[in-house]
Amino acid sequence: MNEDLFEIGGLKLTSRLFTGTGKYGCDSVIPDVCEASGSEVITVALRRVDLQSDTGNVMDFIPKNMQLLPNTSGARTADEAVRIAHLARAMGCGDWIKIEVISDNKYLLPDGYETAKATEILAKEGFVVLPYINADLYVAKDLVNAGAAAVMPLGAPIGTNRGLKTREMVRILIEEIELPIIVDAGIGRPSEACEAMEMGADACLVNTAIATASDPTMMARAFGRAVKAGREAYLSGPGATKKHADASSPLTGFLGGV
Amino acid sequence: MSFYPLVKKYMDAALDEQFSAVSEDDVRRALAKTSLDANDYMALISPTAVPFLEEMAQKASRLTAQNFGHTIHLFTPLYLSSFCSNHCVYCGFNAKNKIPRSRLTMEELEVEAKAISATGLKHLLILTGEAPAKAGVDYLVECMTVLQKHFPSVSIEVFAMDEDEYARLVDVGVDGLTLFQETYDETLYAKLHPKGPKKDFRYRIDAPERGCKAGMRVVNIGALLGLGDWRKDALLTGLHLKYLTDLYPEVDIAVSLPRMRPHAGEFQPSTIVEDRDMVQIMLAQRLFLPRLGITVSTRESAEFRENILPLGVTKMSAGVTTAVGGHTQHNDQVGQFEICDDRSVEEMSTALRKCGYQPVFKDWEPIFDMETTGV
Repeated sequence: MNEDLFEIGGLKLTSRLFTGTGKYGCDSVIPDVCEASGSEVITVALRRVDLQSDTGNVMDFIPKNMQLLPNTSGARTADEAVRIAHLARAMGCGDWIKIEVISDNKYLLPDGYETAKATEILAKEGFVVLPYINADLYVAKDLVNAGAAAVMPLGAPIGTNRGLKTREMVRILIEEIELPIIVDAGIGRPSEACEAMEMGADACLVNTAIATASDPTMMARAFGRAVKAGREAYLSGPGATKKHADASSPLTGFLGGV
Repeated sequence: MSFYPLVKKYMDAALDEQFSAVSEDDVRRALAKTSLDANDYMALISPTAVPFLEEMAQKASRLTAQNFGHTIHLFTPLYLSSFCSNHCVYCGFNAKNKIPRSRLTMEELEVEAKAISATGLKHLLILTGEAPAKAGVDYLVECMTVLQKHFPSVSIEVFAMDEDEYARLVDVGVDGLTLFQETYDETLYAKLHPKGPKKDFRYRIDAPERGCKAGMRVVNIGALLGLGDWRKDALLTGLHLKYLTDLYPEVDIAVSLPRMRPHAGEFQPSTIVEDRDMVQIMLAQRLFLPRLGITVSTRESAEFRENILPLGVTKMSAGVTTAVGGHTQHNDQVGQFEICDDRSVEEMSTALRKCGYQPVFKDWEPIFDMETTGV
């Protein structure tokens, strides 16, 4: 049986759930969350990392086998995102970078134009660029041209746990964009992650829904299973849906197999 | 633009009558909405909302966890200078108060900065009185050359400035501005600020907006609770926050909820803002502006600070002294006011963890000069 591997930036992953490091009451829960979820990629806000701190640095809690996905949270322009990416690389966080360019603190919606600019610059510099965007086909096409390694459309505004509100737009991206589609932001329940995967999304990134659950580890496990279930459902080729039941006594049966 | 006309409009209206006219249905309606307008906010600040505090708290707690998680951003104030030309009747630094005055030299500042940084804190709030000749913009710029070595984020709580002066400070790395209006009641403001540059109500009220225009990343405002009618001040503070949030979406708009504390002067607050009142203000603000940063300082007791953790707080001060050089010098300096929660950074962090919250020491990276530093 062929393994269903997910390849991105030259890395083969068995899990299609990406997790985060923000909003936990205590960072020491992060290793348990990673293990329970099965996630192999974890995002971290560079602005929170303090390599000079002897204790309490979030990086100390990230399992060494995980692929680090530093993000540019806090950037309000392409220029700031590029600078944060450079800092991440200089700090030894590797070449993967999740571009977040947000200049609207009210809704936290990503700026597609600035995101595309940052993506183009960083992809040329050899970064594996994963940009967080609105579920917008034209922005996604710009990102393909800019050299992105994947496209990360939001399911709903960041941190809202409102679910897959952009369902139709994400579906269009899945149909039209050759790059991996990773649904990021807004997913609040495992069933919503499962739905995204059933639709054919390549992966989901979930932070708030896990970090703010009463039991983050159990919720992480639930998300891991939901993403896997959704993927398997997608691969298994779900049967077509119908509006009406098949008639048990076909109306044209008398024609004898016509 | 200016928030001043809106203040005039509200303060000239019969606010007491408007608060009294709020019905329980108005409160329920506000509680049921996901996006609140000014009338909803007024309903939640009104006396009618008091019986709904628990319901407000449940919703505020959910919104806070959703937007900020279980984290509390820690910082500490550093008093640079106690010289002041203002006559604010409620402040220990009032020019009339016969207290020893001082200003840190760069050498003394380095010692203070190192001591604070050693506690793990990375976010600093620097404060001065208003004495441009002793501690003006040039002095603050000089201080930043020392502080940037130790702190990724430095905010100012100093005198109101022109936009170009704020911009100059942004250029040297200041990323946050805290400025309290004290009270939004212009008549009362004139009585409380009889002499000194701070007397100019309009210049003060427009200062946070000048900070936004100048490129500050965080602008933190507030009223000094107890100076005037707290409901009116809380209402105008909320509207001021909304005004800035709408006009400057790229700026993190935040609020502090300081209550009057004992100080070196003789002024006593006209009203006592009870714990319940302060909770009502915080809950209403959280429901009105779900992503608002909310600071609760060491003016409050340790017990109260822990009790209100889940209600909306996002930032707290720790390891606080309000005296110039107070972190390392044991001198005769008088603080601006008496603090109530005197826990060290370590004690505060332990307490937060016990309550299920993560103390966040660093939440910003100063990226503006990275290219020049070779990164």
